[in-house]
Amino acid sequence: MNDHKKSPLWVALLGWTCAIILFFPIFWVAVTAFKTEQQAYVPSLVFLPTLDTFREVFSRSNYLAYVQNSLIVSLGSTLLSLVLAVPAAYSMAFFPTGRTQKLLLWMLSTKMMPAVGVLVPIYLLAKNSGMLDTVTGLTIIYTLINLPIAVWMAFTYFNDVPKEILEAARIDGANAWQEMIYLLLPTAMPGLASTALLLVILSWNEAFWSLNLTSVNAAPLTVFIASYSNPEGLFWAKLSAASLLAIAPIMALGWLAQKQLVRGLTFGAVK
Amino acid sequence: MSTTHSTHPPSPPTMMHSSSSSGARPQDGAQPRPAPQRFNPIRLMQAPSVLILLAWMIVPLAMTIYFSVNRYNLMAPDQTGFVGLENYAFLLQDPAFWPSIGNTALLIGSVLAISVIGGTLLAVLFDQPFRGRGIARLLVIGPFFVMPTVAALIWKNMIMHPVYGMLAFVMRHLGMEPIDWLAEYPMLSVIIIVAWQWIPFAFLILLTALQSLDSDQKEAAQLDGAGPVRIFFYIVLPHLKRAITVVIMIETIFLLSVFAEIFTTTAGGPGTATTNLTFLVYAIGLQQFDIGIASAGGIFAVVLANIVSFFLVRMLARNLKGANEK
Repeated sequence: MNDHKKSPLWVALLGWTCAIILFFPIFWVAVTAFKTEQQAYVPSLVFLPTLDTFREVFSRSNYLAYVQNSLIVSLGSTLLSLVLAVPAAYSMAFFPTGRTQKLLLWMLSTKMMPAVGVLVPIYLLAKNSGMLDTVTGLTIIYTLINLPIAVWMAFTYFNDVPKEILEAARIDGANAWQEMIYLLLPTAMPGLASTALLLVILSWNEAFWSLNLTSVNAAPLTVFIASYSNPEGLFWAKLSAASLLAIAPIMALGWLAQKQLVRGLTFGAVK
Repeated sequence: MSTTHSTHPPSPPTMMHSSSSSGARPQDGAQPRPAPQRFNPIRLMQAPSVLILLAWMIVPLAMTIYFSVNRYNLMAPDQTGFVGLENYAFLLQDPAFWPSIGNTALLIGSVLAISVIGGTLLAVLFDQPFRGRGIARLLVIGPFFVMPTVAALIWKNMIMHPVYGMLAFVMRHLGMEPIDWLAEYPMLSVIIIVAWQWIPFAFLILLTALQSLDSDQKEAAQLDGAGPVRIFFYIVLPHLKRAITVVIMIETIFLLSVFAEIFTTTAGGPGTATTNLTFLVYAIGLQQFDIGIASAGGIFAVVLANIVSFFLVRMLARNLKGANEK
C-alpha cells in the first residue's frame, strides 16, 4: 500500500459512493431484519431495534432444518470433492504425462455443460432412484459439479510447490504416500483451504439444482428463501431476518478469501 | 461436449522416468526405442475423479439426446417411440422458443456489458489509493456472495416494489411517478438484479489483474505527458484484455443458466417477457412434463455453451502451457 501519494478527494468520494450504492440492498436487509413487520414497510432508519422477528423466524418455520440441510450439503459435498480431487491433482502435478494437460482441460470442459442440458435426465434418475428431495442426492450433485474446480485449483496449488523439496525427500527414501501426508499437504494447506472455502461458498449459494431437486425434506436455505416469493400478509422483516442469517456467514468467508477466490473462479487464468 | 478429449497422443517419457533409466540404457542398434513406459501406480489416484466425471458427462447427456428423439411425456406414459427430429420441430414452433432465445441473448449481452464496463471502471477507481479503500472494496464485492434467491427477493420487494420499495420512495421524493418495475420493465428488472450480482465478480478479477500492472510503465507514460484517458486506452486496457476475455467467457457460461432470479421474481412472465432458454426447458420438462421436447431444448443449450467453452478451453490451454514452461 503506497500511502505517500494520496489521490484527490473526489476519488475517495466517488469510490465510497459506488461502494455504498452497490452494498445498499444488503445494508437495507440488515436494517430491516431488526424491525417489526409494520416498521419494515416504512423506509426509515429511526426505529427501536428488536430481535422479535428473528425469534419468529426460528419458531414459526423449521428454519433450523433448512440451515442444517445447507450445512450438510455444502460441507459434505466439499469434503467429498476434496477427497476425490486431492489425490488426482497430486498425481497430475508431480507425475505428469503427455496427456495430463488434456485431462485437466477435459475435466474443466465438463464444468461448462449448462445445467439445463441435463436437467431432465438428472431429475428422472433422481426420481426413479428415490434420491429426489434427499440430502444425499443433492450432495452427490454438488460434488459432481464442484469436482472439476477442486481438481483444477488443487493442481495449481500443488504446481506452486517447489519440486526440489520433493526430490530431497525422495533421496531420503520417502514413499509417495509419506511424501503426500508429511510434505505436500502441509505446504499446500493454505491453497487447499481456500479451495475448500470456494467450494463451500459455491454450494451454499447454488440455486438451480436445489430449486429443481428438493422441496420439503432436503431443501436448503436457497429453497426456503424462495418460498417467500408467494407470501401471505406482511413478510419483509421475516424475509430480511432469514436472508441476513443465510448470507452473513458466507459473506464473511468470502471477504476473508477474496484474493484466493480470483484464482479459483478463473481456473488459475488470473492470479 | 469435450473439445480436447478426442485423441490422446502417445505419452512421451516423463521427467521422473528419464532420471531412473540411467542404469538400463538400451544398447545402440539392438533396440532403437526405449521400452514402453512402465505403468506408474500413482496414476491410479486419478482414476476415481476421471471415471466419475466421465460418467457424469456421458450418461445424462446421452439420456438427453435419447429423450430428445423420442416421444416421452410423463402425462401420457403409454405413448412412446422414436420420433426423429419431431421434438425439435415442436420446440421451434413453440411460441415461447424464439422469444426465449432472444431473452437469453439480451440477458447475457446486457449483463456482460454492464458488468464488464462497470467492473473495469470500478477496478481503475479502486486501483487509486484512497481513505478506507479496503473497506469500500469489501462493500463492492459483497453482492457476489448473496445467494440468488435472496438477491432476487430483496430487489423485487424492498427495492423495486411500486409502493413501499426504496426506488419508489426516492422517486416520490423527487416528484416523479413511481414505477412498477417488474410489471412495466420486467426484462430490465431481471437484468438489473443479475448485473448487481456479477459486477463484483468482474470487479474483483479485473482489479487483481490491474494490480499486476507494472506501475513504472504508467509513470513513464505520465512523464511523457500522457493524460489519464490515453493511459487508460493505451496501457491499462491492453493489459486487462486477457482478464476481460476470461470474465466474459466465464460469465457467459453462468449467465446461460440464470434460473433462480427468474423463478422467484417473474416466473418467466408476464407472458414470455422474461423466459430464457433455461426457464423454458424447466417449464416444458418439469411443469408440462414433456420430457422429449424439454430434452430438445436442453440440447440447444448444450450447443450454445459448447461454442463458448470451445474458445475458453483453447485460451486456458495456451495459458497452462505458458505456466508449465515457466
